[in-house]
Amino acid sequence: MTDAAWIDAALTSARPQAVGALLRYFRNLDTAEEAFQNACLRALKSWPQNGPPRDPAAWLIMVGRNVAIDDIRRGKKQQALPEEEAISDLDDAEEQLAERLDGSHYRDDILRLLFICCHPDLPATQQIALALRIVSGLTVKQIARAFLVSEAAMEQRITRAKARVADANVPFETPGAVERSERLTSVAAMIYLIFNEGYSASGDTAEIRAPLCEEAIRLARLLLRLFQGEPEIMGLTALLLIQHARAAARFDADGAVILLDDQDRSLWNKPLIAEGLALIDKAMRHRRSGPYQVQAAIAALHARAEKPEDTDWTQIDLLYGALEIMQPSPVVTLNRAVAVSKVRGPQAALDMIEPLAARLSNYFHFFGVRGAFLMQLGRNDEARTAFDRAIALANTSAEAAHIRMHLDRLQRDSQPRGKKAGK
Amino acid sequence: MLYAILCYHDEDTVGSWTKEQDAAVMTKLAVVQDKLTKQGRLGPVARLLPTTAATTLRKDDPPLVLDGPYAETKEQLLGFYLVDCKDLDEALAVASDLGAANPGGAYEIRPVGHFNPGSAKP
Repeated sequence: MTDAAWIDAALTSARPQAVGALLRYFRNLDTAEEAFQNACLRALKSWPQNGPPRDPAAWLIMVGRNVAIDDIRRGKKQQALPEEEAISDLDDAEEQLAERLDGSHYRDDILRLLFICCHPDLPATQQIALALRIVSGLTVKQIARAFLVSEAAMEQRITRAKARVADANVPFETPGAVERSERLTSVAAMIYLIFNEGYSASGDTAEIRAPLCEEAIRLARLLLRLFQGEPEIMGLTALLLIQHARAAARFDADGAVILLDDQDRSLWNKPLIAEGLALIDKAMRHRRSGPYQVQAAIAALHARAEKPEDTDWTQIDLLYGALEIMQPSPVVTLNRAVAVSKVRGPQAALDMIEPLAARLSNYFHFFGVRGAFLMQLGRNDEARTAFDRAIALANTSAEAAHIRMHLDRLQRDSQPRGKKAGK
Repeated sequence: MLYAILCYHDEDTVGSWTKEQDAAVMTKLAVVQDKLTKQGRLGPVARLLPTTAATTLRKDDPPLVLDGPYAETKEQLLGFYLVDCKDLDEALAVASDLGAANPGGAYEIRPVGHFNPGSAKP
């Protein structure tokens, strides 16, 4: 392990705070990013010789700001300086220190930086790409790899997204309570999107995209550190931690999906689950429920079951019921139906999802789940039709492979008994 | 004498370590711990979950429960060791060994006054 690797980790961890503060000074994303890059270059020269500073973020902010202002003064940049009052304290070391200790500034800087990436005009994929580039500091190459597109295409996507947010006029004043809470909601949704980009991958892409899950968890923890008393941020972080804890058990050697019931639970990451459960415990005390908390509570019930048959499906059914009220969606009802099938049997579950047929007529999971219920009811011909439709709608080869497994089982079961080996 | 070695580090930095970096640190720390175990000097060791999982109870009347760690500091308490050492020099030597395996941060070395090994079996 080289020194450079450790310095790299320090730069990565300081990045959101440093770029956030530089953005507040310069009110221009490109200038802020460039200032941070320049500060990083100096850090790579200075830190190995002089040792890392006690507060890397403060160091990077100060150096980045000085370098950028020098550049602007020397006329290297065709850009107006920020108003004098914003920079007049440049050499005031004490002010730096005070700044560093002012937690609320720091908090809003990072929130603003994240919030800029959530611009409603940007499609979800661009929001994520922008956040990974600006906040997380992943290289365009890394992001392109995670999104399975060429580097040039990703470069273009990020440039376009940046141009969009540059015109967006994000306010730089300290946000009020309502505004802060709205920003928090958008940012939480974006972090969840980043996670899902990684989590929904399967097969050979799962490994390539797993870093997206880790990055989302890092951002969620960061957000929670800034807003320690927000139960929904606790819920979000818990949800991501518990979902990600199962990563090692979710796919077989061929990259095919292994369903929860069939996963080797000894492969689940226990410290991540412990952290998730601790956060849910904390969130519950606030008695301000929300969709992330409910989803985290559902994930926690799965995580708490040492064996699949220990799963508290009755409670999961109730929680999905609560989620249906908070966030009505046919997909939530579909998930609830799986719990219902365990508690009240496949017929009740099937009755529950029939009304969804029109809205989910192009949804892979609807037909997968419907086929499974029909199969449990012994209605094999109808099950086969549902599974065929699911395969036609599968998004990945792993999904299709999973359904084919069901079809194979139907095939075996429908063979005359006499042909079965040993019977 | 029993010494507590309290581990402080910037948890954002530790959280930015790659899995490989984290694992490498844990492996190196295990070597130091093994040596102490063989010498019969290692007491309980704990790596704490992130401070986001912390809750603070202020002993007001009525007690006040707050989310987060007791103190908002640049570096956070992330874990601790209890080690049997004959004097401060020896405790500092152990801390240096641990420090060589774990870059950054600081250790606070505190002699233990009263110690009850307890009975919890996690």
